[in-house]
Amino acid sequence: MQATYAAMRQAIVDGAPENAVDLAKQALVEGITPLDAIDLGFVPGMTEVGEQYAQHKMFLPDMLASAEAMKAAMTVLEPELKRQGEARPSAGTVVLGTAKGDIHEIGKTLVGTLLTANGFSVHDLGVDVTNEQFVAKTRELGADVVGVSALLTTTMRGQRSVIETFEREGLRSSVCIIVGGAPVTRQWVDEIGADGFAKDAVSAVALVKNLLEHRLVSHR
Amino acid sequence: MSLIGETMRPKLELLDAELVTRILDEAFELLATLGTKVGDPEAVELLRSADVAFEDAVARIPKRIVQRALESAPHEFFLHDRSGNPVVHYGGDDVHFDPGSSCLNILDSETQQPRLATSADLVRLVQVAEMLPQYTAQATAMVCNDVPSEIGDWYRLLLVLWYSDKPVVTGAFSAATLKIMIELLAADSGGSEKLRAKPRAVFDVCPSPPLNWSGFAAHNMVELARAGVPAEIVSMPLAGATAPVTLAGAIVQHAAECLAGITIHQLAKPGAPVVWGGAPAIFDMSTGNTPMGAVETAMLDMGCAQVGKSLGLPTHGYLVATDGGQIDAQAGMESGGSAFLGALAGINMISGAGMLNFLACHSIEKLVIDAEAISSAQRLLNGVEAARDTLALGMFAQTGLHGDFLKLKETRSLFRREQHFPSAVIDRSGDANAPGMLERARWRVQELIDTYHKPAIPGEVEDALHEIALREAGVFGMKSLPEIEAAEVHH
Repeated sequence: MQATYAAMRQAIVDGAPENAVDLAKQALVEGITPLDAIDLGFVPGMTEVGEQYAQHKMFLPDMLASAEAMKAAMTVLEPELKRQGEARPSAGTVVLGTAKGDIHEIGKTLVGTLLTANGFSVHDLGVDVTNEQFVAKTRELGADVVGVSALLTTTMRGQRSVIETFEREGLRSSVCIIVGGAPVTRQWVDEIGADGFAKDAVSAVALVKNLLEHRLVSHR
Repeated sequence: MSLIGETMRPKLELLDAELVTRILDEAFELLATLGTKVGDPEAVELLRSADVAFEDAVARIPKRIVQRALESAPHEFFLHDRSGNPVVHYGGDDVHFDPGSSCLNILDSETQQPRLATSADLVRLVQVAEMLPQYTAQATAMVCNDVPSEIGDWYRLLLVLWYSDKPVVTGAFSAATLKIMIELLAADSGGSEKLRAKPRAVFDVCPSPPLNWSGFAAHNMVELARAGVPAEIVSMPLAGATAPVTLAGAIVQHAAECLAGITIHQLAKPGAPVVWGGAPAIFDMSTGNTPMGAVETAMLDMGCAQVGKSLGLPTHGYLVATDGGQIDAQAGMESGGSAFLGALAGINMISGAGMLNFLACHSIEKLVIDAEAISSAQRLLNGVEAARDTLALGMFAQTGLHGDFLKLKETRSLFRREQHFPSAVIDRSGDANAPGMLERARWRVQELIDTYHKPAIPGEVEDALHEIALREAGVFGMKSLPEIEAAEVHH
């Protein structure tokens, strides 16, 4: 069993979706529960990838390949979880999108991919998203975090506008709003009253985890 | 898809073929008519026996005798690491870098003020250079002021051999110490014949400009040729002071000095390895200094190397240095710029990294910064690779206009070949409040020293090196060997 877990971890580190699928199937045959396969096999692989990225030993394409492998394993394990009447406990629900008027999506998509691979439920609204779309989806899902991306200094203002809309709608205190994109600075985050920003997709995962942990603590 | 294909190696030449011919013609004529001073009796005898006429210690060397030497001089050779692997290729357009050599001062890491260098400073520099793949060879980089000056040259070499596995660019300060240095190298290699078969070090030998092979320099060439230890001629015309003011004129003088040195060298031992090297510079008419970071100095190095290459000889130059006294934007600009130019010129060994203040001062922090410029220059030399089938169509066939290249298998398998990843010395955060260059360099130095391990030297080699060192140091009343006896001696 330990060998299977180690192989699962390695399949994620290698970014090998085919291996991940085979190992997920093998785990079920061996009688490993889908939750154990996820938590003891595949998730430690994503954790290692994150650590290696932070040490500049792995890079974005490696990270994406690992996320793809994670996704592939989940296509085998999720139906089995449902069949057993279980669900993987979500680390949190995140709504993502690029601000109104901005059609750049690489950064935001990367963040979504990595959050998904790390156990978050992610709903990507795409690009050129209106404030109302952000609000509606957040309400519908009871989302914990909203991420608003912008690549341009002009569309970056839309991030402030999203926060203002959430305030008007009375939703601001129930959700963390994070912002991202090349022009975003700490000063901007403070100015518009966002809850945080991260310099890259990996830090964004850490940021979201951190925000939700603090929220849990403050709610207790 | 065939992912790995052909690459054109970029190259920059400053001289057209006609100018190279004119430079060599004038150099041959200079040697045959004006001649060169030769101070060493043995070298004089070698030249005389080859029918070279002398007048007042000036040898007038006919072209045919120089040409005979050029025919026997090897077009390539290797320097080896401690294990005997050929790691530095002197020849063709291969490019290597080593730290600058033999300065007296170090820019103190804490105070950033120059002070006299000690054994401990040299050891620290060697440890850092050992950890940086950008430096294929070590250099006997600093004079250790905590040992008597009489043993300064061989003590540097001893420390490098003790703390490094890499090949070494070195040089002797006197005829007597040259013998000791060759003895140390032979002990390190396991005997004179092994040293000859797989030399680990090359010795810089400097003629005095203009056209003077002093007794010591000429003697060096003869001894090194006989020992089979490669000699690197470091001709140093100062354009406008000790050489013609024009770049072309200074390159002629450089060629003539090298040709004379090679003639002496090959007469002593035909086929012995020798390098067409130099540290030419312009002479700054406003200050009387010799700016190593000036673009004209880089142009001289490039031109001199091109002439050597036209003769098929291995080449060397002195670049990657700055003339300011501190680590600042000028240091980055001058060192980085000349690293690129030297690399594009295909100079086999480029010395000078880490140095400031007209080669008078070393900085270990600068050495790690220069390593980043060297990495970039090496990336440039690797050129633009062309895949065998399609360049982009194959990848577009998978992404369409969606542009999701980050997820392509090709991206993952090729990005490490296409992109160089700098160390944390290079800041790509865009953050105005990020730590400055000096601070980042200090971190990097510490990181490298923390991960350094002293090489595993066979016990008998350590004993032999130790014995020679104790014997020779004892002559000057030294009872201990700084930085050697602190480290464990195998018995």
